[in-house]
Amino acid sequence: MPFRIRVRIMPRGGILDPQGQAVEHALGSLGFAGVTQVRVGRTVELRLEAAGEAEARASAQRMCERLLANPVTEDFTVDAVEAGA
Amino acid sequence: MKVAVVRFPGSNCDADAWHAARDAGHDVDYVWHRSTDLGGADLVVLPGGFAYGDYLRAGAIARFSPVLQAVEAHARAGRLVLGICNGFQVLCEAGILPGALARNAGLSFVCRWVTVRVETTDTPFTARWRRGATLRLPVAHGEGRYVADAATLDRLEREGRVVFRYVGDNPNGALRDIAGITNEGRNVVGMMPHPERAAEALLGSADGAALFALASVA
Repeated sequence: MPFRIRVRIMPRGGILDPQGQAVEHALGSLGFAGVTQVRVGRTVELRLEAAGEAEARASAQRMCERLLANPVTEDFTVDAVEAGA
Repeated sequence: MKVAVVRFPGSNCDADAWHAARDAGHDVDYVWHRSTDLGGADLVVLPGGFAYGDYLRAGAIARFSPVLQAVEAHARAGRLVLGICNGFQVLCEAGILPGALARNAGLSFVCRWVTVRVETTDTPFTARWRRGATLRLPVAHGEGRYVADAATLDRLEREGRVVFRYVGDNPNGALRDIAGITNEGRNVVGMMPHPERAAEALLGSADGAALFALASVA
């Protein structure tokens, strides 16, 4: 059955995130007060055929481990596994 | 010596690497990324560029190309591999070298001359220098900030596997000023600066030429 999957990949805490810092400074200069931290990551959406939700989730997990995230610098979360095309 | 220069779609320093290797007296051939035949090469060079457009992360897609299976076997067999810039990123993504190359701390693409110090002469690539020698080499990258966890960094230092370190000007925020490292077997070296772009005086520096001479290997 078809699944829609969304995974989120973020720079690991403790590792410098220069993109996040640049956005934080830009927000400050636009007058958005009180922003104390910005981190910039990446979302990957994909569609997948799997026998069930558990299989779809496990598959997404393996995709992140092998390719979508870098295990040295990034953490990932499988945010959504929804049945449907 | 036989040298294979790998070409990925998006490689752009392949001809420079070919030229530098040939000037050093080697028999040089290109190998396309879809091939798994390295042609009996003694040294494989993964050149600079933007393999597969650097999509997802620099080196992330190239790491799964057919030629990398052959390069991994070549490296495991103790034969020589040199990854320059994008090639270094590919080697880290493939786990042939530890750590990763993250976005430059200053966010901007850096394209300038830097000074690096030779930290070990105990690799076939650096055996022609004296330890502590300084080289003028160009860098040109957006993702060159070497990162690894503290245990990995300590191990690299302890085992003398930091090959090159930036002196004075660290262009990307690399941890411990690391510009290049080697693997446990010391047969694989990855570096962000471009020795092939500084391999003859006409290019502004010939400091990189000795790297292609591969002193101690038959």
